[in-house]
Amino acid sequence: MAHAESHESHSGLIWKVFGILSIITIVEVILGIAKPESIHLNKFLGTSILNWIFIILTLAKAYGITWYFMHMKQEKASLRRAVVWTAIFLICYLAFILLVEGGHMNDVLMPYLRWNY
Amino acid sequence: MEATVATQSATETWNGGGKKPLGASYGKMMMWFFIVSDALTFSGFLAAYGLMRFKFVDSWPIADEVFTHFPFVHGHYPMYYVAFMTFILIFSSVTMVLAVDAGHQMKKGKVTLYMLLTIIGGLIFLGSQAWEWKTFIKGSYGAVQLNDGKIVQFVDESGHQVALSDFVQRTHSERVAHTRSSGIWFMKEAGSVPPYTVNEVIESFKANAAISLRTEQINEDVKKKNIVSKEEGLKLLENATLVVEGANLKVNEYGKTLFADFFFFITGFHGFHVFSGIVINIIIFINVVLGTYERRGHYEMVEKVGLYWHFVDLVWVFVFTFFYLV
Repeated sequence: MAHAESHESHSGLIWKVFGILSIITIVEVILGIAKPESIHLNKFLGTSILNWIFIILTLAKAYGITWYFMHMKQEKASLRRAVVWTAIFLICYLAFILLVEGGHMNDVLMPYLRWNY
Repeated sequence: MEATVATQSATETWNGGGKKPLGASYGKMMMWFFIVSDALTFSGFLAAYGLMRFKFVDSWPIADEVFTHFPFVHGHYPMYYVAFMTFILIFSSVTMVLAVDAGHQMKKGKVTLYMLLTIIGGLIFLGSQAWEWKTFIKGSYGAVQLNDGKIVQFVDESGHQVALSDFVQRTHSERVAHTRSSGIWFMKEAGSVPPYTVNEVIESFKANAAISLRTEQINEDVKKKNIVSKEEGLKLLENATLVVEGANLKVNEYGKTLFADFFFFITGFHGFHVFSGIVINIIIFINVVLGTYERRGHYEMVEKVGLYWHFVDLVWVFVFTFFYLV
């Protein structure tokens, strides 16, 4: 409970994190509207590089929110690991299985889809 | 060492003893574990969305063609409105964490102000989401559904979508909605009669040389929907069964109905979290104003409800990415 006893304000840090989160969001929106062809129209590890940029920026935002807004940084390592590792492991597992399965369903379905009548 | 030394306030521990598992109070730790389970629920939904998206990867609606509206402004503005909603939610997260920060310093006035701002931010977000739903349900251009469920849309020579009302000529028709009073059995027509009949749309399509047809199929090379020739378009329209305007759980003018289903379900479930967050925030706000936490000696309740509120923001960050950006 170190932070409960420290009475100094952290508002400077909070505004800094807000600034970083805002900048990331603005970059995401600009990229989402512009969709530069060089990174949008290619494939890298199953999806376009643009999509990977979006995912990485999102994870960066999630880190900012969890560590600084939810004060995960000040929690004990045991609590932090119990929460973060569990969630990340299970979500990666679920996403991996469902996305691979979705790709397979597409492979099976594609030959039966007609677009010309 | 800390774990074995009894702290002064026995009420903060689990069962009156001095031990605090994971160094957190019972309430805070349980809030964290609730958040983990809720995060898994949301990732289940988003992963299910991903499953269907990968299944129909060559014909899924393109999100920035769907969400293109901005209140009080006409025209094509993809993304701006959701970006605005994202900012509202991040900002209300900031005011929430400022309230927690003020709570640590036992500044009741500041906690009150920041809690109030957080609640207002949440209400603005909910209102924005209601507007987003309304716009999505109302639709923007209108489309035609074929007998195998596929959606075809109408575009002009430059490839931009054209609204049905801009080119369809109405001919006189006697089509009226079937009501229960005119039926012989207890039934009425589902939904309302579309403003145009399928035949009116086909005739206007034939008459207007500038209008082409766009299918759901995505051209992988340019990641745009395929536009077909006039003859092919007419052949497709022979299978037309329904004029569609807007989106609901049964039909969706932007393409796959599944897209609308997931949109309503995921943003709806998130919106419900925002709603419950606002309700909890209001309860805690009233307690702050009444001085409950001032008397208790700490503002840990504000911290706990803050955790939930930040989590709602965290989920939105992912919904924003996977629904609107990717």
